Amino acid sequence: MKDQENKVEAEGFSLKALQAGDPAEFSRLVDTYSNKIYHLAIKMLNQQQDAEDVLQETFLKAYRGLKTFDGRSKISTWLFRIATNEALMILRRKHPDFLSIDEPVETEDGEQEPVQIVDWCCLPENELLSEESRERLDAAVQKLPESLKVVFLLRDINDLSTRETGEVLDLSDTAVKTRLSRARLRLREELSAYFGERVNMMRASQPNRLSEAPDKAQKNEVLRSKGEAKK
Amino acid sequence: MIGPTKRHEHKDCRRLLGSISEYVDGELSEELCSMLEQHLADCEDCRIVVDTMKKTVYLYHATAEDEFIPSDIRQRLFEKLDIEEYLEK
Repeated sequence: MKDQENKVEAEGFSLKALQAGDPAEFSRLVDTYSNKIYHLAIKMLNQQQDAEDVLQETFLKAYRGLKTFDGRSKISTWLFRIATNEALMILRRKHPDFLSIDEPVETEDGEQEPVQIVDWCCLPENELLSEESRERLDAAVQKLPESLKVVFLLRDINDLSTRETGEVLDLSDTAVKTRLSRARLRLREELSAYFGERVNMMRASQPNRLSEAPDKAQKNEVLRSKGEAKK
Repeated sequence: MIGPTKRHEHKDCRRLLGSISEYVDGELSEELCSMLEQHLADCEDCRIVVDTMKKTVYLYHATAEDEFIPSDIRQRLFEKLDIEEYLEK
């Protein structure tokens, strides 16, 4: 292996040291990625013990696999791939009816038309990121079907590129983009239902606070929803 | 021109819905991008969908940044991997 190539592909890690089993370099790798891998696992599995198992198994496998790691993908992508496969294995074991993430979702009618048309961007940051809001954010992710959830977690939570996400999941760029789009639309929908209510409540108590333009403040029908019967 | 009271049901919205996510990432092709932007200029509903999707992505980014691994889980991981002597640094 060429040293220069190793530097580029191993993201600041010495692949040589990792492959020689150097414990200091390996612990640096563990420290860099354990946080992300643990949170990926806990969001995929929604269970702390399972997430811890995935975390440990990922690095045990990585340690053994490093010797043959060919550096063709980034080391982080490779770790996410091991972790994702571990988590999917647990999901399949626990839920025999679990749909494969390879299931094609690129069908015509997979897109759900937005129902919640509420502009809640005006809510203050401390409200959008309150403890309760964070719980809602997590709950919305848990509602996603597995095939969309894992793409969303890799792209938007772990910041992988479209191509890297495709490498982790063996999906084409188009499939990654389509799934990410559907995941985001569903999450937007869920959050709009929740934050829309907060906007309503705020408007009721402080009619002028959320709008700079006075004529806009009178237009309470900015909050519209097609799901009128929706609870 | 679509007035703000008009419901979200005209067919351009439906057609462009799948492009919004890529638009938010700034990865939409030039042609589709200008098509979408032309549409957004006239459609408040779609503007709201774009803005709230941007905010949705932003909020998930923001919450991901302050997530840390519980220290007992980190400790057990280092023990399992036989590298606990590196735990303190």
